[in-house]
Amino acid sequence: MYRALSIDPGKCTGCLQCELACSYEHTGRFNPAKSLIRVFTFHSEGRFVPYTCTQCTEAWCMQTCPVDAIAINTGTGAKEVLESVCVGCKVCTIACPFGTINYEQTTGKVVKCDLCGGDPACARACPTEAITFVDADQTGYEKMRHWAATTDAAASA
Amino acid sequence: MSWTGKVLRVDLTAGRVASEPLNAEWAQAYLGQRGLATKYLVAETVPGCDPLGPDNKMIFTTGPLTGTMASTGGRYSVVTKGPLTGCVACSNSGGFLGQELKNAGWDMIIFEGRSPAPVYLYVENEQATLMPAEEIWGQSVWKTDAWLHRRHQDPLLRVAAVGRATETGCLYAGVINDLHRAAGRSGVGTVMASKNLKAVAVRGTLGVGNIKDPARFMTAVNAAKQVLAGNAVTGQGLPAYGTQVLMNVINEIGALPTRNTREVQFEGAPRISGEAMHEPRPSDGKPNLTTNAGCFACTIACGRISTVDRGHFTVKNKPEYWGNSGGLEYEAAWALGADTGVDDLDALTFANFLCNEDGFDPISFGATVAAAMELYGRGVLSVEQTGGVPFDFGSSVALTKAAEWVATGAGFGRELGLGSRRLCEKYGHPELSMTVKSQEFPAYDPRGIQGMGLAYATSNRGACHLRGYTVASEVLGIPEKTDPLTTEGKPALVKAFQDATAAVDSSGLCVFTTFAWTLEDIAPQIDAACEGEWTPERLVELGERIWNLERDYNLRAGIGAEQDTLPERLLREAAPTGPAKGKVVGLAQMLPEYYRLRGWSADGVPTPETRARLGLA
Repeated sequence: MYRALSIDPGKCTGCLQCELACSYEHTGRFNPAKSLIRVFTFHSEGRFVPYTCTQCTEAWCMQTCPVDAIAINTGTGAKEVLESVCVGCKVCTIACPFGTINYEQTTGKVVKCDLCGGDPACARACPTEAITFVDADQTGYEKMRHWAATTDAAASA
Repeated sequence: MSWTGKVLRVDLTAGRVASEPLNAEWAQAYLGQRGLATKYLVAETVPGCDPLGPDNKMIFTTGPLTGTMASTGGRYSVVTKGPLTGCVACSNSGGFLGQELKNAGWDMIIFEGRSPAPVYLYVENEQATLMPAEEIWGQSVWKTDAWLHRRHQDPLLRVAAVGRATETGCLYAGVINDLHRAAGRSGVGTVMASKNLKAVAVRGTLGVGNIKDPARFMTAVNAAKQVLAGNAVTGQGLPAYGTQVLMNVINEIGALPTRNTREVQFEGAPRISGEAMHEPRPSDGKPNLTTNAGCFACTIACGRISTVDRGHFTVKNKPEYWGNSGGLEYEAAWALGADTGVDDLDALTFANFLCNEDGFDPISFGATVAAAMELYGRGVLSVEQTGGVPFDFGSSVALTKAAEWVATGAGFGRELGLGSRRLCEKYGHPELSMTVKSQEFPAYDPRGIQGMGLAYATSNRGACHLRGYTVASEVLGIPEKTDPLTTEGKPALVKAFQDATAAVDSSGLCVFTTFAWTLEDIAPQIDAACEGEWTPERLVELGERIWNLERDYNLRAGIGAEQDTLPERLLREAAPTGPAKGKVVGLAQMLPEYYRLRGWSADGVPTPETRARLGLA
């Protein structure tokens, strides 16, 4: 069973613990600028929204790569960049509709979320459970529970 | 390690920037942030200098844990000689600016001299450049922030700026970063403007590494986060209500200074409380509070994000104020509300927006308006002198007009911008100024919380709650409950809080963690990150060293024991209602013992033995 990152922006406080955890996991430094998950602040609306790769099934980044440098990790379902193969052509960054694969100047390769090999650091670090790592077939479960809780059992019989 | 080891020195007079190594020996004695920058200030400036002259310096400083994953590890401070008080000033702020500076590779920036023309400092990792700021001089913080993001085409730029209040001589102007976080007190923003420095814009992509023992650091950080999550204050009270969780509590114990501290309980407190911020408004069904927000790396998230009711008189036909922004914290809600007698939550939120938009301290501002209201009520100020607006206690019109005037330096706003001590002296009633060392005291009436009386009287930056928050013990029972109405044991309590706080303020962490954390939780995080051995005992001693260093600077600036006092009202007029009814502050019972515990002479001067023990030259 694959698991997927599930994001509930309503619970996010914008603290960037996820960005710190992601960058530390992937670069060994606390460096939000290198995080593969990003938190967006919509100041005037009072909203914080974490955003990262959804691991598309027909991943356009993977399909468009001319050197087959993006492959599925069969253990986790994540689409991972094979650093030794990537030539830094950036075609994937154009193909991705969501902007979640990006070129990294220091290595000359692209980087994207790899689900940390099956135990995403962002979800572990999130203090409010705005980011969780759940059954990939049940990402709507909490939303369903929310609406279920609002039904009136007496009237619906 | 964990320090970047680099200081950026900016000579504004010559327009030069230079990198220099951090003094590693001083870092071992003063840790970082408040302590370390104060050491630099003391070493490099003459205590008698004019705070607004080119000889004063201003330091933006991070701590060793700033920029790390330690919960709340995003703090920075602005350290300088303050124009409101003449004392050493150190104002601490959260948000995201501090960590960005650290991520750009700098422990601190030292600003010296005065630029011949308005400039801002742009920092992109190792590169730092002074750039012309004529276009944004005379603009608000919010407009400056937007302009800089456009100018550099960089949505990730972090900005700290001063607003119009600063430029027009307000003595309690702050430095605002990330639109609504503030290095707010003692006029550090006024110093920044005096140097013709409009803003500091930073982009850092280098990351923070240099952790001494990364595995141990992560273990300590995770354990400490669990402590915060499991604590009733940091895990529940602060996220839900912010610091505003205190409004009703402090009112009930009769320690809420009301109407310029004539009273100690405010009948309108429930209407301006943290609970009230959750109540749906009749107009649009929305509560004042939209969400809570965290500063960088903070797992508490006490920040308030609020709106003003679009139909409220303050924002009618002003859509620029219809969105969300930084909402009321307890101190601001008290100063703008209880102290002025205004119980209109929307008016307070609007005034708070203006404090952020143009960069002035809501505590000093609100308390100065309160003093003006008392002067007005006594007939000392006429309605002509108050800009044609009746300055009655409880007037939300007077409060919000005053905020607009101070923000822009208009009319009566110029006088209000000088602070209550100067205002009250000018009109012949110095006794009506609720200040210590010319700084307005905050939201705790020490007649009902005796330890805070001593904390205000001895605070090195003028009256302040953040230099020794004995409220934690006297009201909340942290780390243990003491009787708020007695002076017994308070000198030792105040000293312990002052020393521990000075250490926390030097680490890069937020002092609010200490509702849950002790130095036993903090020391392992510092020890795993930083060169050297860091124990709770060493941090206490370091805190005491910082306290004495600050005291020594103030003494040499001519501010001594004669100013370790409180407004007459607190010493002579008894609290009229509540649990503290009949009480005045027993300062005289506490001060001599405090001096003795500090190892100071009877006139408040550190003895040669104390100085030698702490390694102060």
